[in-house]
Amino acid sequence: MDIIQVEGLTKAFGGFTAVDGISFDVGAGEIFAFLGPNGAGKTTTIKMLTTLLHPDRGKIIVDGHDAASDQDGVRRSFGIVFQDPSLDEELTARENMELHGVLYRLPSKDLAARIEEMLRFVDLLDRKNQKVKTFSGGMKRRLEIARGLLHHPKVLFLDEPTVGLDPQTRHHIWEYLQRLNKSEGITVFLTTHYMDEAEKVATRVAIIDHGKILVQQTPAELKASTGKSSLEEAFIQLTGHGIRHEEASSNDHLRAARRMWRR
Amino acid sequence: MLRILYILWLRQLKRYVRSRARMIGSLGQPLLFLVALGFGLGPVYQKAGGGSYIQFLTPGIIAMGVLFTAMFSGIEVIWDKQFGFLKETLVAPVPRIVIMAGRTLGGATVATLQGVLVLGLASLVGFRPTNLALLPLALAFMFLTALLFTALGTALASILDDMQGFQLIMNFLIMPMFFLSGALFPLKDAPGPMGFIAALNPLTYGVDGLRGALLGASQSSMPLDLLVLGVLTAGCLVLGGRLFSRIQI
Repeated sequence: MDIIQVEGLTKAFGGFTAVDGISFDVGAGEIFAFLGPNGAGKTTTIKMLTTLLHPDRGKIIVDGHDAASDQDGVRRSFGIVFQDPSLDEELTARENMELHGVLYRLPSKDLAARIEEMLRFVDLLDRKNQKVKTFSGGMKRRLEIARGLLHHPKVLFLDEPTVGLDPQTRHHIWEYLQRLNKSEGITVFLTTHYMDEAEKVATRVAIIDHGKILVQQTPAELKASTGKSSLEEAFIQLTGHGIRHEEASSNDHLRAARRMWRR
Repeated sequence: MLRILYILWLRQLKRYVRSRARMIGSLGQPLLFLVALGFGLGPVYQKAGGGSYIQFLTPGIIAMGVLFTAMFSGIEVIWDKQFGFLKETLVAPVPRIVIMAGRTLGGATVATLQGVLVLGLASLVGFRPTNLALLPLALAFMFLTALLFTALGTALASILDDMQGFQLIMNFLIMPMFFLSGALFPLKDAPGPMGFIAALNPLTYGVDGLRGALLGASQSSMPLDLLVLGVLTAGCLVLGGRLFSRIQI
């Protein structure tokens, strides 16, 4: 059964079509890597899949819920780890988890036990009463993964989950996710710029460029069809050698301003 | 629903109580105004027959503390929606209006506490409320003012998406509202156009109400203040709730 079905999804900003009529399906239990160069439309697609952005056209079904008519149904069925951290740094790990549990209406009597379980899963149980601002980048990422999983979602979205992390932490994170995928059958939808990681963990990849999906295959099929020995080479063959110039967006300015304003 | 409102409200309070540096930092400005203007202009004000300037000034500075804290906690939404905790709440299966209400109530409570702290500071430099029985009324004015500006800040932040917008709000809304509200000088002798602008300024009614509650009702028209603030607050809450619900990122 397909847990994510996307048909003819389109989003334009002004005159620029960021996502141009893409269609794809993700089967339940897959680890699906959504790859593409900067500005290809990855993040815009994730935002639409997670109800943060309304598509101009097209249909999204997540776990049987239509994103246009049953937003809350879609929202209940996924967990997400954003590209930029979305933890409250003044709160402790446990308090961040608790807030999530309340927002997703987990019954209070099971909440504490579930929080402990998830914190143990990402090896943060001993830090549960410390403020998140004392955490390293890797610990924050792990906490976000634990939080995203707290409400037993069917799908976990990860937008560049390992960017800026050291190899050890990256290794751990993929290990958690693969373990989870096997034991709970959770579907993982991820974007990453690290092709070696995608090649290692993904059961299927889709490559998007200029808002259009170029291929959807298993990593092995992709290497075979392009005649390359690694996913990275296949990716470059498909998307070209040119370096993408992304203009500094208002987000980058905001990122800088936030650093300055952080209290 | 109540549990959600409560935990969002509690979050804002915890953040406020935990960042002492921020709390102390945000009291610096009101204290400076109280001391520099209060003592600096005090003798002039007295000679002009106005009485004690500290007494006159304090409600205005309390309103300033409330205004700044409230607007900032609303405007925080600008960066919060990209990089902060807000995004976590925007994908949660909870009506946006509930998220907005929880945030706004929390922000308004914090701004009210800020006002109370300024009142405490003012009493250290010599301010005395004329009627202690009216203190609850002063609190009500602080909270109403806080709610109004938190909701207004949230409404504006919901439609802005960069920091230039923030500068604009600071220079063309917050500062003029403060200076043209009667916080620093009596409006009754102000030249016509200025009086007219002040009458359109929501903060004027917050300052006037606070002055009435702290210095005795004879100084102002509190029922009118309550009415205007109440209507504007309701309007801003509805507007803020709508715009917040429509946030896309």
